[in-house]
Amino acid sequence: MTFVPTSNAFKENATGALKDKPLQEALGIARQHSIQTRLNTVAKMPEFETLRDIGRDLKNHIIANLDHYLLQFEQSVIDRGGKVHWCPDGESARAKVLEICRSVNARTVTKGKTMIGEEIGINDFLFANGIEPVETDLGEYIIQLRGETPSHIIGPALHVTQAQVEETFREAHTDLDPARNLEDPASLMAEAREKLRAGFLKADVGITGANFLIADEGATTIVTNEGNGDLTQTLPRIHIVLASIEKVVPSLKDAMTLLRILARSATGQEQSVYTTFSSGPRRPTGLDGPEEFHVVLIDNGRSAYLGSDLEEMLRCIRCGACLDHCPVYHSVGGHAYGWVYSGPIGSLLTPMLIGVENAKPLPNASTLCGRCESVCPVRIPIPKLLRNWREREFSRAITPQTERSGLWFWAFMAKRPLLYRLVTRIGARALFNLAGQRGRLSSAPLASGWTKHRDLPATQGRTFQEQWKAKRGARS
Amino acid sequence: MTSQPGTAQPNPQELNKLGPISAGANVALFVTCLVDLFRPSVGFAAVKLLEEAGCRVSVPPSQTCCGQPAYNSGDRNTAVDIARQTIAAFEGFDFIVAPSGSCGGMIKHHYPQLLGDDAQWGPRAERLAARTFELTQFLAEQCGRTDFGAALSANCTYHDSCSSLREMKVKAAPRDLLKKVAGLTLTEMEETDACCGFGGTFCIKFPDVSNSMAARKVETIDATGADLLLAGDLGCLMNLAGKMKRDGSNVQVRHVAEVLAGMMDEPAIGEERS
Amino acid sequence: MSTSGTGRDRMLASIRAGISRQADRRHGEPAPAKPTPLIPARATAPGVDVVGLFKTQLANAKSTLDEVASRDDVPAAVARYLANNNFEARVRLSPDARVSSLPWDKAPMVETSSGRSHGKDPTSVTPAVAAVAETGTMVLQSSDGTPTTLHFLPDQHVVVISKSQIVGTYEDALARVKRGPDGALPRTVNFVTGPSRSADIGKILLMGAHGPKKLHVIVVDGDL
Repeated sequence: MTFVPTSNAFKENATGALKDKPLQEALGIARQHSIQTRLNTVAKMPEFETLRDIGRDLKNHIIANLDHYLLQFEQSVIDRGGKVHWCPDGESARAKVLEICRSVNARTVTKGKTMIGEEIGINDFLFANGIEPVETDLGEYIIQLRGETPSHIIGPALHVTQAQVEETFREAHTDLDPARNLEDPASLMAEAREKLRAGFLKADVGITGANFLIADEGATTIVTNEGNGDLTQTLPRIHIVLASIEKVVPSLKDAMTLLRILARSATGQEQSVYTTFSSGPRRPTGLDGPEEFHVVLIDNGRSAYLGSDLEEMLRCIRCGACLDHCPVYHSVGGHAYGWVYSGPIGSLLTPMLIGVENAKPLPNASTLCGRCESVCPVRIPIPKLLRNWREREFSRAITPQTERSGLWFWAFMAKRPLLYRLVTRIGARALFNLAGQRGRLSSAPLASGWTKHRDLPATQGRTFQEQWKAKRGARS
Repeated sequence: MTSQPGTAQPNPQELNKLGPISAGANVALFVTCLVDLFRPSVGFAAVKLLEEAGCRVSVPPSQTCCGQPAYNSGDRNTAVDIARQTIAAFEGFDFIVAPSGSCGGMIKHHYPQLLGDDAQWGPRAERLAARTFELTQFLAEQCGRTDFGAALSANCTYHDSCSSLREMKVKAAPRDLLKKVAGLTLTEMEETDACCGFGGTFCIKFPDVSNSMAARKVETIDATGADLLLAGDLGCLMNLAGKMKRDGSNVQVRHVAEVLAGMMDEPAIGEERS
Repeated sequence: MSTSGTGRDRMLASIRAGISRQADRRHGEPAPAKPTPLIPARATAPGVDVVGLFKTQLANAKSTLDEVASRDDVPAAVARYLANNNFEARVRLSPDARVSSLPWDKAPMVETSSGRSHGKDPTSVTPAVAAVAETGTMVLQSSDGTPTTLHFLPDQHVVVISKSQIVGTYEDALARVKRGPDGALPRTVNFVTGPSRSADIGKILLMGAHGPKKLHVIVVDGDL
């Protein structure tokens, strides 16, 4: 992996993001766009909540039978003339992809959007080995040109404004006539379409991700709006599918459940434009399609979380709804999270994939407001799982010492009601007197985190318990 | 009619079907640590409302905090200790009412999870959970009372705290109660379900992010033209009042109980004393 | 995770260790069963006008629709579509007889050829497996007569279906996919719901990202 995570610097990243005007502009547009769109579409599907329940139960069933369904999938792929490669980690997956590319002396590889590809850093690896990877999803293409990671699971260039896209294209497309007007977003898309069309037609290998692997059919599934994934997997000689193990589903009928909740949750569309099931290579009498079909199955640390208190995160179908509804994400965007996955689900997945010691702040970077869970199509209890990560951090002493000391001191009192009442009595008076007539404090001892941006409202002088005892002591 | 631990208890579903409670129910007020320390007037307003609704109100003196600071920081053992302490203090009552969806949610939803594997405390946590309510919810849905005769000439807006809304499922109750306050109009803000950025220790650990969330919330509050911001959780209210006063806003900030009980003598949150 | 053995062995061993941990955590409860899928009532409830729903949803997906009485009317309908939109009068046909054997001589101004696409075809004309009312989705498959490239490379994609191919749900459509002799799915099955689009530039929704910029559906009242 060539991209060094900066997740431990979330706080600093976030502060920078808050000052980044174009980013804030882009986030504002995205926020207004996504919430209402989803609501409108969900309102048209009376069974939506039931479908979410079924989606959750289906994923739980799959996770409890993962070996069975993966083996069934493998056999079905082989039966259709394809190959399955089992890769326990990113390194073995990268090596396998390179080996397949080298088997046809590939020089150019086109890529559909794949988060697992980002996760294992496949682009940089191929490039370092003399193979040019060309991202074809428009958003991925934009961030590839800018040398960035995706800032959103389904909208990788969500952080880029239209004006910045124009700048990026003018810089990267050296043959572009400087006089050409690109102010219209449609002209920017036309420019990308033209450039990438050439890439599609000359690529030797096409790499896609997979939304689902259909166990009994040996088919992989991609869901896109652009059609880039289909061109990626249809035109080159070789189609490589990168898929993590939890993507398997038993049958097409089960995939329909997830397809009915995926787009509605992701983009607020009733259905994405293209859903494609691919199995095996081109048939002997077929007119197009790849000559070889490879599925690279990647674990990368996931199986270690089966049967753990964090297992439910493996239900994720990568719709991005939790990002779209997260007030923290709305404030700072995806890059502040410091790695490939961002938002609430990123705060769960990143510690699993790069180690919690490399992503300490992420499970804490949430108010646990629960809006993410309220929209998750497979009902992942994200706040609960974030708290489970926090418990792991606390028990492994990853939680910062100042916080641990503060907690210890607070707990010492909270577990001793008499002492607690005494200390709060003193505190109530002190804060009341400090605030005086003004009724609030602009700074207070040990409260700089609070008073950096807000005043601290004063107390009323005496605690409730003290006043209650005085008024009704006999009765309580 | 005080219930003792270990005696037969109606299950939660049955309790929710009880409808308006009979007069004289023994209600224990979970004051909450923030109300106790910062704004006792909210506690007294809650007592007044509960008594007007026919309840006998007690305040167990051995309560401190519901344990969320520990629970949400990953210190499960401390959270368990405090949960047991709270259960022991409150389980003798018919109902437990908190002027906070956050602390109510902790008792109702998280205590049973924390103690789920504990053969002795697990069932006690479940029993307490079934009898725990957020104040406005308790008044409107359990007591069947929405009109407390209050009057206030103001244009208010109401912020749903995340735990009230999503853990306690409180949405209609405060609005039904506020509708009966003579002279008061309620103008809803956009995205009432968005977090204000408080999040307990979150606002201290990530002050810049919290500030950005609060700022967005304040924008939607200002857009309503309201002169009074109400909510049912003091955490959110202190966060928003602190932010709004720092930025020079004239909007007054109060806990909904103060308005419903007609107890407005104390200055609004963070407001100057006259 | 053990570092010996093949990647496959190691992964399966690790997965099975996890599944055994799950069993421990369940304390004797059975593993979660596979839920029965639910098919929304939108296109299946008694009395639903499936064709009407299809037309509404097709429009919602930003596809366009033309209806003709018989297969003999299709070439003229294609010619009309191209002319009305100022598209080049040249189409690439699926070799499949449902399209290639249409009386194209009735539209002499339209130049036709058939086969897969190599990226130089302004417009393709293809048949479909079925059309799904619930979301206005065309279900297409690869076969000897229906190359997938025609579904993605041209700027305009015209799909010709018979009214009898309009079905309520995805499940109905999948049942109509023509499988291989071994029961296998074809190399590709495409669900296509409207023309290609992207909102990756400034969240502005634009049509025609990589696939067709237009999706036009001609429904024939009779058989194809």
